[in-house]
Amino acid sequence: MGAGHAHPLHLDRVSPVHRLAPEVKIAAVVLFTIIVVVTPRTEFWAFGGYAVLLVVVAAMARVPAPWLAKRATIELPFVLLAVALPFAGHGERVDWLGMSLSVDGLHGAWNIFAKGTLGVVASLLLAATTTMRDLILGLDRLRCPTVFTQIATFMLRYLDVLADDARRMRIARLARGYDPRFLWQVKAFAVSVGALFLRAYERGERVYLAMVSRGYAGRLPQSSSGRAPAGQWMAAAVLPVATASIALAAALGS
Amino acid sequence: METTAMHIANGIVDGPVSAAFAVLAVAALAFCVRKARNDLDERLAPMAGLVAAFIFAVQMLNFQVLPGVSGHLLGGTLAVILVGPWVGALCVSTVLIVQCLLFADGGLTALGLNITNMALLGTAAGYLLVAGLLRILPKTASGLAATAFVASVISVVVASQGFVLEYALGGTTELSLPWVSGTMAGVHVLIGIGEGLIAATTVATVAKVRPDLVYALRRFRRPAFAKVGVNA
Repeated sequence: MGAGHAHPLHLDRVSPVHRLAPEVKIAAVVLFTIIVVVTPRTEFWAFGGYAVLLVVVAAMARVPAPWLAKRATIELPFVLLAVALPFAGHGERVDWLGMSLSVDGLHGAWNIFAKGTLGVVASLLLAATTTMRDLILGLDRLRCPTVFTQIATFMLRYLDVLADDARRMRIARLARGYDPRFLWQVKAFAVSVGALFLRAYERGERVYLAMVSRGYAGRLPQSSSGRAPAGQWMAAAVLPVATASIALAAALGS
Repeated sequence: METTAMHIANGIVDGPVSAAFAVLAVAALAFCVRKARNDLDERLAPMAGLVAAFIFAVQMLNFQVLPGVSGHLLGGTLAVILVGPWVGALCVSTVLIVQCLLFADGGLTALGLNITNMALLGTAAGYLLVAGLLRILPKTASGLAATAFVASVISVVVASQGFVLEYALGGTTELSLPWVSGTMAGVHVLIGIGEGLIAATTVATVAKVRPDLVYALRRFRRPAFAKVGVNA
């Protein structure tokens, strides 16, 4: 059973970033994003500096740029909102290429675009270098309540169970010569959703009881010894520290 | 599967308001964690995971209605009926945290806002409606399905208005509030109907086959082993 160990955004590479402990990476990404969001939107070159930092991390993690660019399109609906703002905004206006644009709207659009993109790319880098199992382990080591990590563990397991069972049921339906695809056949779809839920639950219940009978008490056993070494924390701290210095330099410079 | 789900991104709502809602979300979730400890037994733990996975899957269904305004199913009411309000809120939050960290969906600093809207407001509205409606409707599979449908529609609209409140307090851009509010409500009534149909069919099936798994019916169930005791 090779399923369930990776997720669609994980890039299986060997790199210094991949080797870092998950809790260290989570902390670095959270701090980076917070600094980016509190940076005033008019500090244009600070955002350039942040982007350079992310490029360096991506290069170290051996994540190719096209891979990142393709997955960053998740942000697109908000970029479209940003494009509409200079036209819809109020207040002072400037003329550009014959169009009357609102200054506040332009700043707002830039704000959403810059902060949104930096945040999405940072999260993508975390996802690309960390497996699901490691991520939950990292949250657990960061003292995230066990209820959360427990629900998350089961959720990630069940996603595969759901997908597999849905595929099996579809094949079974096709094998019986029925392929509902029109609106008046929606009842067949609805019934399969309910049946899928129950099948997945009963399968998962058996697995859970088997786990409990083997001594599971809300936490998966940890293979490696507890905490990340101080060196890893230092290495990961370079990102937020560099980000903070850029923000500070920008604040002092203006 | 192409993932196009989208929650509030970084930079839409300003820092102080995001931070305030993050504090609110953490406090409320800490309360839920305390309450959930009593609920999470060997029947509910795998159910909570499955409900979370189900919500994860349905949140990928995304409706692009206008440029920049998209919505998706929330799943809060389904969670409330099957696992109760406390574990339900935790399920939806877990989905949001994992989506944020693993799928870059929704900004990290907007996590407090997203959790407040979808995990707290959505499930709270859903729970109140379910608890109220089940008092007057029959406690059967069809009664439960009707409850699930109505509660889904209303809770989704309530959750969408949470964003309007946050935007009014700390929006980084100038858009007229009635427009934002009206668009969000209009889009989410349609989404709520879709969500209501999915929740109703799922809940009705579970209630028919395994009524013991439906949290919302627990209060109304007669203790089964009392009768066995008399016979023995």
